[in-house]
Amino acid sequence: MKRGILMLTVLGLILTACASDDTGGDGGGESCAKEDLNLVTPGVLTIATGEPAFPPWVGTTDGEAFDQPESGIGFEAALAYEIADGLGFTNEEVTWVRTDFNEAIAVGPKTFDFNLQQYSITAERDEVVDFSEPYYVTNQALVGLSDSPVASATSIADLKAYNLGAQIGTTSFEYIEEVIQPDTPASAYDTNADAKSAIDAGQLDAIVFDLPTAYFVTAVELEGVQIIGVLPAEEDKADQFGLLFEDGNPLKACVDAVIVDLRAEGTLDSLAEEWLAGASDIPILSK
Amino acid sequence: MFGPRVRSTLREEGARGALIAFVSTIGFVVIVWLLVISSEAWPKVRAQFFDLEQFSDSFPDVLRGFWLDVRLFTIGQVAILAFALILAMIRSLRGPAFFPLRSLVVVFIDLIRGVPMILLILLLGFGVPALQLPGVTNSRLFWGMAAIVLSYSAYTAEVYRSGIESVPESQRMSARSLGLTQVQSLRYVIVPQAVRNVIPALLNGFVSLQKDVALVFVLGAREGVREAQIDVAATFNYTPYLAATVLFLVVSVPMARFADWYTERDRRRKQAVAT
Repeated sequence: MKRGILMLTVLGLILTACASDDTGGDGGGESCAKEDLNLVTPGVLTIATGEPAFPPWVGTTDGEAFDQPESGIGFEAALAYEIADGLGFTNEEVTWVRTDFNEAIAVGPKTFDFNLQQYSITAERDEVVDFSEPYYVTNQALVGLSDSPVASATSIADLKAYNLGAQIGTTSFEYIEEVIQPDTPASAYDTNADAKSAIDAGQLDAIVFDLPTAYFVTAVELEGVQIIGVLPAEEDKADQFGLLFEDGNPLKACVDAVIVDLRAEGTLDSLAEEWLAGASDIPILSK
Repeated sequence: MFGPRVRSTLREEGARGALIAFVSTIGFVVIVWLLVISSEAWPKVRAQFFDLEQFSDSFPDVLRGFWLDVRLFTIGQVAILAFALILAMIRSLRGPAFFPLRSLVVVFIDLIRGVPMILLILLLGFGVPALQLPGVTNSRLFWGMAAIVLSYSAYTAEVYRSGIESVPESQRMSARSLGLTQVQSLRYVIVPQAVRNVIPALLNGFVSLQKDVALVFVLGAREGVREAQIDVAATFNYTPYLAATVLFLVVSVPMARFADWYTERDRRRKQAVAT
C-alpha cells in the first residue's frame, strides 16, 4: 500500500517533469528549414502507412494504384506529397515504409517521420504519441445487407436489436459501443475484411465504417450491401484524422504549419472533393 | 551410514547452500531491476505497460471476456480428450483390415497439424456459415471451437499414441490371449495404462489450450484477450494485456502445480509397488 503511494508519487513527479519539459521544448520556435528537420533518414522524408493501403485513401475505388502510396493517387497519398512539398521535399525525396497498428504505437524510436492511416485523434492516444493538426473530419456510416430488416432502420434506436460490428481501434467501433449501445455487444474485428466476412457468414447484420470507407466498400468490395444511413455525429466526438508522430517529435510543429496552410488555401477541401466525394443522397439516421 | 559428524557438516553445507542460493537470487533480481529502472525510458515503458489506473479500468471488461474463455476451454478440452483418444485408438489397431481407417487417421493428423490454426478458424468460422447450408448453425463460437478442437485433437492423438506405444507389448499379447478383441484389449488393458503415462503431457496441452481458445477473437467474439485489445487500441496503452495475463496465470499456474503433484504421487506409487 505504502509502496503503491510512493510509486504513484514518483510517477506523478516524473509526469510533471515530462510535462514541463514539453512546454519548454515547444516554446522555442525551431527552424523548419529542410536541413534542420528532425528526420529518421537525413535528407529524406520517411512516411509510413498501413499494409495494404486501401482506397479511397491510397489508390482509387476503380482499383487503380491499389496499395501504391508512391503513386500519389488517393487522398492520403496525395496529401502526403502535398505535405512533403510544403516542407521542401521533392517527390523523389519521399520514402514509404509500412507499419501495423502495434508497431506504430509502441514506445521508443520509430522507423518513420510520420504515419498516416486514418488515425483518429483521441486524448488518450495523445499521451503515448503525438498527432498533427487534423487533416480530415468524417462522419460514421452504417453498411448492411440490402435485403435485411436492418436496411429499413431510420433512427439509432432502431439499430439496437441488431448484431453490429466494426474494426477494432476505430472510432466506428467506439460509436457502436457508446452511442448505439446495441443489445448484443459490438463485435470487434482485426480488419474491415474480417467484418465483411462476418456479414457473408450471416453472423453480422451491419458494419459501421467512416463515410469514405463506406463508399468504397459498398461500391467495390461487398455485394448486396448498401449504406443504410449516415450516423449523426456526437457533439465534441467528430472523428478527426491526424498524422501520427513519435511522442515529442519536433517535426510535428513544422508539419502542423504546412497542414494549416493547406487548409487555409483550400487544398485539403479540394483533395477531399477529388478523392473522397461520393453520392450525396444518403439518408442521415436520426438520434 | 554416515557418522554424526559428517551428517552435521552436511546439514551445515545445506544451510550454507540455501543461504548462497537465497543471496544470489536476491542479488540477481536486484541487479536486473536496477538495470531496468536505470533506463531513461523506464517511466515511459512503465506507464505504457504497468499503469494501475488502466489496469483497474480494463479489468472488469477483461474478466467478463475471460469467463467466455473459461467455458470454451473447459468444453473444448473434454471434446479434445475424447476425439483424440478415438483417433489414437484407430491408429493403434493392427491388421490389414483396418488399413483404410488407419491411413485416414494418419492423413488427417498430418494435414491438420500442418495447417495454421488461425486459417482453420477463419475457414470454419467464416467459410462454413457462408455456404448457408440448411440446418447448419452459423454460430462463430461453435465453428471457431470446432476448428480448435480439430487442431488440438491431432496433436493430442499423438500424445496418446506415444502413451499407447509405451505400454509393453506383452500386455497386449496377454490381453489378446485371454480372448479379448483388439478393441477390448485397447479399451480395458492398454489405454488405462497409456493414459496414466501421458497425463503430464496432456495437462501441458490443456494449459496451452487455455490461451489458444482466445483465437476465436478473429471471428469477432468478445473473449478476454479481445476485450483487452479493444482497450489497448482505444488508449494506445498495453496494460489491459496485463489484466488478461493475470487471469490466465490464475488458472494455469495452479494447474501446473497440480500436474507436478499428481505425477510425483503416481511415480511414488509405482515405486512402492516395485519394492
